[in-house]
Amino acid sequence: MEYTILILLLPFVSFLVLGLAGMKLRPVAAGVIGTAVVAVVAAVSYCTAFEYFFVAGRDAAGLYPTLIPWNGVWLPISATLHIDLGILLDPISVMMLVVISTVSLMVHIYSFGYMKGERGFQRYYAFLSLFTMSMMGLVVATNIFQMYLFWELVGVSSYLLIGFYYTKKEAIAASKKAFIVTRFADLGFLVGILFYGYYAGTFSFTPDAKLLVAAGGMIPLALGLMFIGGAGKSAMFPLHIWLPDAMEGPTPVSALIHAATMVVAGVYLVARMFPLFVGYAPEVLHGTAYIGAFTALYAAVVACVQSDIKRVLAFSTISQIGFMIVSLGVCTSTDPHAGGLGYMASMFHLFTHALFKALLFLGAGAIIHAVHSNEMSAMGGLRRYMPLTHATFLVACLAIAGIWPLSGFFSKDEILTACFAFSPVMGWVMTAIAGLTAFYMFRLYYNIFWGRENRELHAAHTPHEAPWTMTLPLLILAAATLVAGWIPFGRGISSNGEAYTIHIDGSVAAVSLCVAVAGIALATWMYAREKQPVADRLAETFSGLHRAAYHRFYIDEVYQFITHRVIFACISTPIAWFDRHVVDGVMNLLATATHGAAYAVREMQSGSVQRYCIWMLCGALGLTILVLIIC
Amino acid sequence: MEITLETIVFAVLALFTTVNAVLAVTTRRILRAATYLLFVLFGTAGIYFQLNYSFLGAVQLLIYAGGITVLYVFSILLTSSEGDMAEHLKGYKLVAGLIATCLGLGVCLYITLRHDFLPSHFEHGELSVRTIGHALMSSGKFGYLLPFEVISLLLLACIVGGILIARKR
Amino acid sequence: MIHMEYYLIVSTIMMFAGIYGFVTRRNLLAILISVELILNSVDINFVVFNRFLFPGELEGFFFALFAIGVSAAETAVAIAIIINIYRNLRNIQVRNLREMKW
Repeated sequence: MEYTILILLLPFVSFLVLGLAGMKLRPVAAGVIGTAVVAVVAAVSYCTAFEYFFVAGRDAAGLYPTLIPWNGVWLPISATLHIDLGILLDPISVMMLVVISTVSLMVHIYSFGYMKGERGFQRYYAFLSLFTMSMMGLVVATNIFQMYLFWELVGVSSYLLIGFYYTKKEAIAASKKAFIVTRFADLGFLVGILFYGYYAGTFSFTPDAKLLVAAGGMIPLALGLMFIGGAGKSAMFPLHIWLPDAMEGPTPVSALIHAATMVVAGVYLVARMFPLFVGYAPEVLHGTAYIGAFTALYAAVVACVQSDIKRVLAFSTISQIGFMIVSLGVCTSTDPHAGGLGYMASMFHLFTHALFKALLFLGAGAIIHAVHSNEMSAMGGLRRYMPLTHATFLVACLAIAGIWPLSGFFSKDEILTACFAFSPVMGWVMTAIAGLTAFYMFRLYYNIFWGRENRELHAAHTPHEAPWTMTLPLLILAAATLVAGWIPFGRGISSNGEAYTIHIDGSVAAVSLCVAVAGIALATWMYAREKQPVADRLAETFSGLHRAAYHRFYIDEVYQFITHRVIFACISTPIAWFDRHVVDGVMNLLATATHGAAYAVREMQSGSVQRYCIWMLCGALGLTILVLIIC
Repeated sequence: MEITLETIVFAVLALFTTVNAVLAVTTRRILRAATYLLFVLFGTAGIYFQLNYSFLGAVQLLIYAGGITVLYVFSILLTSSEGDMAEHLKGYKLVAGLIATCLGLGVCLYITLRHDFLPSHFEHGELSVRTIGHALMSSGKFGYLLPFEVISLLLLACIVGGILIARKR
Repeated sequence: MIHMEYYLIVSTIMMFAGIYGFVTRRNLLAILISVELILNSVDINFVVFNRFLFPGELEGFFFALFAIGVSAAETAVAIAIIINIYRNLRNIQVRNLREMKW
């Protein structure tokens, strides 16, 4: 399967071409190049998946083998420790290839309509190509260091795309925030990698077990540090603050990077290191579960009161990633039949979530395109103007709420089953959050398509259905969302590689369905009509809670306080003072002294021959007198 | 030392030369300075005559007094547009130059007078032009043909260089 | 009979008068005049030493002779330069010659 190298090379070439020569091309030509390349990449990815799962198939032990079609030593550090660059194919990386290329292709097509006439159209496609390349490189990494490299590249392209509208102040602030927060988290990742490399003696994912046992407490520490990096990328509490702001970027970018692919990199990282987590650091793994659960709950609560539709979707993303992390964290073994179900559930949810969340974001993009605003107050009653968007959005909402037979139902059901198997408390909490998910998604849905219509605005500017380049991806993703749940996912991907047949746990499924329907019903009762007395009264009654949730429980302000009042004021300012006055002062003193000395010496080099002559005469006289005295 | 005609002539020449030398550098008018220089050169020529080097004295008069001084006078007349009273010496420079010069003069005279020269004797007798001519033109020992030719080249070069530099572009 | 030292005193005084002029004067021509004084005093010394110390030889004599020739050449070139400067700057005060300084 050597052709898989194309998956990395083609987008890279396209990035170079569009980035270097983009301004020479016509915008449409640049878009067509980028899209065609991604289409080829998608075709190659599908081909790879087909060949991997069906042609190559299982090996003698009944497992899908880990293939490495390409590998080259890049930086040898010692005999065993070296940094490689290569391509690794195993079930989850192949699955990720399919997801990324699909969503990326949809976003590329969609952007034709959405970004039409924007300044920097070519640049946009260049960055998209860069992102696609680096995300692909991340998932097919053969070792943790290569993963880190592409991890940073992904961060860079995310930064570039969030700040795409670089004339907008908020966008610049958001891009800086995203970069700094994830970079800060990546510091943990890097330190973790170095610990891992030192104690495990390798950067590969399959280290020597003896060394791991000998390392003792250092391996959990290394894995925990790596998880900090993953938490930064995947917006786990309290490193989530960048993701809502990242919505300042173009909406297709939010769909691709901040919903479907890049933000699940943390989940993918934990899944990649899963055998090590389960085998050597189960406490750390369970710790991630609690972090994930809290994040899911927090983000769901905040999502209930946001008024910006992209922010709602952002918090919903955070919440759903929390689900995936929880699902991985509750695993207690690698056997899917006994405590290892969560791994499969998490990957399944990653898969389905990528599809329907991309669909939601693209739908939101179509809505924003129609009303030129992110705020719910500018919407309402849009179902009459945009029937196609309405239908696809509804499908996605139902999927994320977990309604049978849409894809979200199946994956969420597996997650809840895994949680109940871990502990009933976790199970019930996650079920409640699932209900909350249904509630806030339908609050969003009703506020956009039903509810209070902003008639003046719509009269002045009648919303219209999006062009076909935008609706086509919506339809494709909606179709995928409808059928994705029926894929026998466990056959391909499970925690130990054996085939696992998904069977719906009746009681869990019934409970989750009931909760989801209850959430939808509540949202319908509160938000479906023109007047929303219940919602308004609730907001008034619990005004403190409402305001706190609206301001995301002031986490950003806490960060602001810590960075400005504590770090800047108490640490950075004295250091800056020291640097400016003491270090620079010494240097300035040196410079001034040299300068002054130069001026003093310059007087001697006046160029006046007469003065030289006097000095020469004086010198000669002095010498003469000296000789006279001595002799 | 008995007072002979020779002594009187020397005293007059020495006084004339030194006084004019000092005046040449202290006068503030440049044309006068050139004139004093001319007098100094005359005095020097006189000293040469007194030393029985008539040829050298004649050369001194011809080249220095006749040629160079005329050159000076012409260039002074050409260049002194803003009057020949242009010199206003600054105090510190004057004082520094004066002190250094007087000190140097004192030291030099002290050394000169303290020094025991080889036993000196004045030999009367004119150096004949024939001797000079033979020495100038001979290439053997005590012959000065090479310096003679070299200085002729130097003079040629200086003519060309002078023309080149002073030429109007 | 006049002692050699008296000639040397005359030349020394002339020499230091020249140095004084060279150091203090501002006018290029005045400086050149001072240089001529210095040269002249050296010539006297050569001639005097030749006459009193080595009467049979001719070195000092010829040295003085050639020095006169060289000084003539030097004067000619120097005056050409001074005239050129005058043409460019309209005066020949040394303090104004700052074009090529630093």
